[in-house]
Amino acid sequence: MASSIIRNPLSRRGFLGAAAALGAGAGLGAARAEGQAPDPLITEVQDWNRYLGDGVDKRPYGAPSPFEKHVVRRHVSWLTASPESSVNFTPLHELDGIITPSGLCFERHHGGIAEIDPANHRLMIHGLVEKPLVFTMEDLKRMPRENRIYFLECAANSGMEWRGAQLNGCQFTHGMVHNVMYTGVTLKTLLDEAGLKPNARWLMLEGADAAGMNRSLPVEKALDDVLIAFGMNGEALRPEQGYPLRAVIPGWEGNLWVKWLRRIEVGDQPWQAREETSKYTDLLADGRSRRFTFYMDAKSVVTNPSPQAPLKHKGRNVLTGIAWSGRGHIKRVDVSLDGGRNWRTARIDGPVLDKSLTRFYVDFDWQGEALLIQSRAMDSTGYVQPTKEDLRKVRGVNSIYHNNGIQTWHVRPDGETENVEIG
Amino acid sequence: MSRLARTALLAGAAALIVLGVGPLFAKGQKPAKPEAQKAEAAPPAAARVAKLNLGRVALPEEIAAWDTDVRPDGHGLPPGKGTVKQGDEIFQAQCAACHGEFGEGAGRWPVLAGGQGSLTADRPEKTIGSFWPDLSTVFDYIRRAMPYGNAHSLSADETYALTAYLLYLNDLVKDEDFELSEKNFTSIKLPNAKNFYDDDRETAEKAFWGKTPCMTNCKGEVKITGRAAVLDVTPEDDKTAPKVD
Repeated sequence: MASSIIRNPLSRRGFLGAAAALGAGAGLGAARAEGQAPDPLITEVQDWNRYLGDGVDKRPYGAPSPFEKHVVRRHVSWLTASPESSVNFTPLHELDGIITPSGLCFERHHGGIAEIDPANHRLMIHGLVEKPLVFTMEDLKRMPRENRIYFLECAANSGMEWRGAQLNGCQFTHGMVHNVMYTGVTLKTLLDEAGLKPNARWLMLEGADAAGMNRSLPVEKALDDVLIAFGMNGEALRPEQGYPLRAVIPGWEGNLWVKWLRRIEVGDQPWQAREETSKYTDLLADGRSRRFTFYMDAKSVVTNPSPQAPLKHKGRNVLTGIAWSGRGHIKRVDVSLDGGRNWRTARIDGPVLDKSLTRFYVDFDWQGEALLIQSRAMDSTGYVQPTKEDLRKVRGVNSIYHNNGIQTWHVRPDGETENVEIG
Repeated sequence: MSRLARTALLAGAAALIVLGVGPLFAKGQKPAKPEAQKAEAAPPAAARVAKLNLGRVALPEEIAAWDTDVRPDGHGLPPGKGTVKQGDEIFQAQCAACHGEFGEGAGRWPVLAGGQGSLTADRPEKTIGSFWPDLSTVFDYIRRAMPYGNAHSLSADETYALTAYLLYLNDLVKDEDFELSEKNFTSIKLPNAKNFYDDDRETAEKAFWGKTPCMTNCKGEVKITGRAAVLDVTPEDDKTAPKVD
């Protein structure tokens, strides 16, 4: 094992010491610990073991156990002026695997959730096309479908952390990302149906919501892998995710994934919409700004332990996290427990897909020493997730968007975990 | 009417639509009634490229109803006009509650004016005058989304007037009688327009690619330089202190 690479936590001697200290609790023998009483949860009959539970007619659409009621999206009220134009965050520290449950996918709206009867929804394609078209949802569901798993990350994810550690929890620092299986038709199918004119270069996607959210999209991307989706995780889109129809722009910033999609205009230049000029442009230290920074670069975060999920047990523990890249798939994730002095390669488990979250683990032993936990993702293009320091060197601290720097969690001897910056 | 005859008739009508003779056809047909129009969507055989023949032709009135977007080159600007003075009145009645009388922003609502020269400062103020590259964005955004909670309620003239007032608040026009219209709109340039450039990460940040990451003894002593808990801005839930066993 990695005793030479990582300090005490992963050493064999550390593990044996912990086992001895824990004694019978660790299952080392049949001996009863001093004063140990039998567990009444085992020796006494419990209510659920005696009385009948709910029948199959009680939960026509199932919900999580009441014991999981703390697993919810949360928002930060001081961030925005109104909850209708705001964001909430996925509880990453409560999730595992790679698929985000639909009800926990973070929300970002600019004019609240549009509630649309699918029978009243229309999708229009016009502009530089041979034939302007209107589609109903019924039309779209008669077209060839595809199913694809993609992450969606808001360009402003981790945006509050540019100037230093600010929010205490991966839900808040990294929770503007989710990963879902989408069902829909390719945008290429729709554009072929309308027939692009030879001078078609850019598309404008527009939502039916009260903000009329709109973004410009290069036609090359539109014809490559963009989906127009009506399904997520096997069922219809959730209202807050754009029901009945949204754009899926794999690997590119979430703001482009227009929800409640009602219109696609084809043009020969970008529109310079509010969301691609005054917002979602990256102000650099020299006062100039990058625009159309579509790709989400490789990024990762350790979700457990983290401030909302402190360490509770000495001895054996599971460190886990997620990694993703908008430019390809995740090749490798390294984890450090000492603030980046020494690293080991994490174990990846579950599917490794293009432009999808990837799950990693490090199973380790902890003896109550302070840790500085970091993760570092590498993708199929050779990109290595930079430190926050490296990012600040090229971008300054005012660019808000695209902060994919390495996160540090400080685990204290009592297990409490804090978002910190290191130098 | 036989099925065949009906199909022929509809195909003829579709051809008219494709040629842009919308009104003739629209007489017996309301916009946004797609089911009745499936057959009409079929294009003339010559224009067909392995189509699914789903959806139907968008009518000119329908396109006009939704196509409100405006580009920097003036594409999409409706006919209309409005002065700074007129815009001031509308702004105070419909916008100032959030944006402040002078576009200074109330609470956390967006600041619309001021901030010139602040983009390299420690705390940049990104307003229409200090940051936005294109005036068309102002017009387009008001037209699609403002006033907040009552979108699509302003006329083209009112939108021109508000845009003129925002230019005035940002010292980009000085005269209260200045009138903005579709005729002089594209002659107005915003001061920060030249300071935007397309994504160059693949060259400017090339160093992030192709490195072999260090695995052991990568640096000296590591010190904590900042902590989130000191700021104490994280929303609280019923979190209990951790207990280690």
